[in-house]
Amino acid sequence: MSSPAAPSSRLLAWLDERLGIGEVITFLRHKTVPKGGHEVWYYFGGVSLFLFGIQVATGLLLLFYYKPGADSSYESVQFIVTRVPFGWLIRSLHSWSANLMVFAVFVHMFSVYFMKAYRPPRELTWMTGMVLLGLTMTFGFSGYLLPWNTLAFFATKVGTDISGLLPVVGPAVARLLRGGDEVSGATLTRFFGFHVAMLPAAFTAVLAVHLLLIQRQGMSEPLRAKTDSSKEGMPFFPGFILRDAILWLGVLALLLVLCTFLPWELGVKADPFSSAPAGIRPEWYFTFMSQTFKYLPAKIFGIDGDVVGICTFLIGGLILFFVSFLDRRAGRGERSPLFTLFGVLVILFMLTMVTLAYVKPY
Amino acid sequence: MDAGTANDVSRRRLLDALLSGGILAFLGSVVYPVVRYLTPPKVHEVVATSVVAATVPELKPNSGKIFRFGSRPGILIRLPSGEFRAFSAVCTHLQCTVQYRSDMERIWCPCHNGQYDLAGKNVAGPPPSPLEAYDVMLKGQDVVVSRRA
Repeated sequence: MSSPAAPSSRLLAWLDERLGIGEVITFLRHKTVPKGGHEVWYYFGGVSLFLFGIQVATGLLLLFYYKPGADSSYESVQFIVTRVPFGWLIRSLHSWSANLMVFAVFVHMFSVYFMKAYRPPRELTWMTGMVLLGLTMTFGFSGYLLPWNTLAFFATKVGTDISGLLPVVGPAVARLLRGGDEVSGATLTRFFGFHVAMLPAAFTAVLAVHLLLIQRQGMSEPLRAKTDSSKEGMPFFPGFILRDAILWLGVLALLLVLCTFLPWELGVKADPFSSAPAGIRPEWYFTFMSQTFKYLPAKIFGIDGDVVGICTFLIGGLILFFVSFLDRRAGRGERSPLFTLFGVLVILFMLTMVTLAYVKPY
Repeated sequence: MDAGTANDVSRRRLLDALLSGGILAFLGSVVYPVVRYLTPPKVHEVVATSVVAATVPELKPNSGKIFRFGSRPGILIRLPSGEFRAFSAVCTHLQCTVQYRSDMERIWCPCHNGQYDLAGKNVAGPPPSPLEAYDVMLKGQDVVVSRRA
């Protein structure tokens, strides 16, 4: 008779018998991450995931005190940040982490784009990623309104009005989003529903597919690195995961520094019967659009300037979404400078507009 | 035999059509009420035809004020000459609420830098059309603003 196994391995054996986790462990043991100088970019997906985790945790905590409604939202957030112990921290963490998450998601998206990792067979990973990017921005847009302050009120007015410009479905979409003809308490209730129930459910489902696809297919390697197959990859466990953990701790430390020294402001309570304040702008990740709308003339070739603007953004988004199928050269393993140029132009455009929005708003 | 096969095929096609039609009808009967539910019902809007926007001493020449006109904001301006004018305060661009800029002597929208002159005409920036103008009457000390017929 063999000596009794340690409790941990007995538990493992018990689980393995029922769930077959041995296969998962074997998989993880053999999983490697390609090396070659570009692997720094691989960390941004993980950072995005970590920040999403922070969002879920702090969001759940905020739900204990937050009360949606035109007469209660602002007051309840004020209560959270002034009266509830550590309320200021939880609220600031949620806001700062949201911003860092959007930033990490953008860096992740563009790094994947420039490494042309969207090429076959990873079309679905890329497209689920683009859906996650869209959901992240929708999270930001809907969450921005929830404290019901002036900036958020007018940003939502403009944002929902822009969605109303979409061809054919626009007006119906704008009404659906606002819960009426105007941004009001009804909009707040809706955005709350989107933000805490519908979006998290959708995000989690798409994220699960995205992560599963990455596990199935492994990390993509940039085209130029592909020729050198002699290099050994880094073991995912423990090599990569420990580096991930260190970075996550670093990000958490950065978040805490930001929350402590630059706590997120609450602003002035929204008043639907006041003028929009000077210097109004949406969250920075929407400023590339809002700034563009300042420069568009009323009419372009007889069409409303805004409609031209929104359609251009829509087409740009669609090109990015379907780039796996459009960039056939990358699909064949060749260089595709045209698509690299497109990406560079998109980044330059966004950076210019964001800078202008902060340096020279008018 | 051939007739039998053809029969089978057409029977299969009929069943396929019935099944897929049934699924579509089922989905439709689920989606339709949900979409209708999410579309907010039309609520009776308070249509103001006339409102006291301010009193005369309240506004100095070359200043403006936002007032409530039904469910939407309006803007009352006292020109440097002392004359009163009133417009809808909803920017015709993307519906922000405009304000009076005494330094420019213009109506200004901070959201996208839209500008209107003191007749409500869009003169700079992205707004595609002028602001809706209202009639202004003085009744004693009250400045009464009313919708144009």
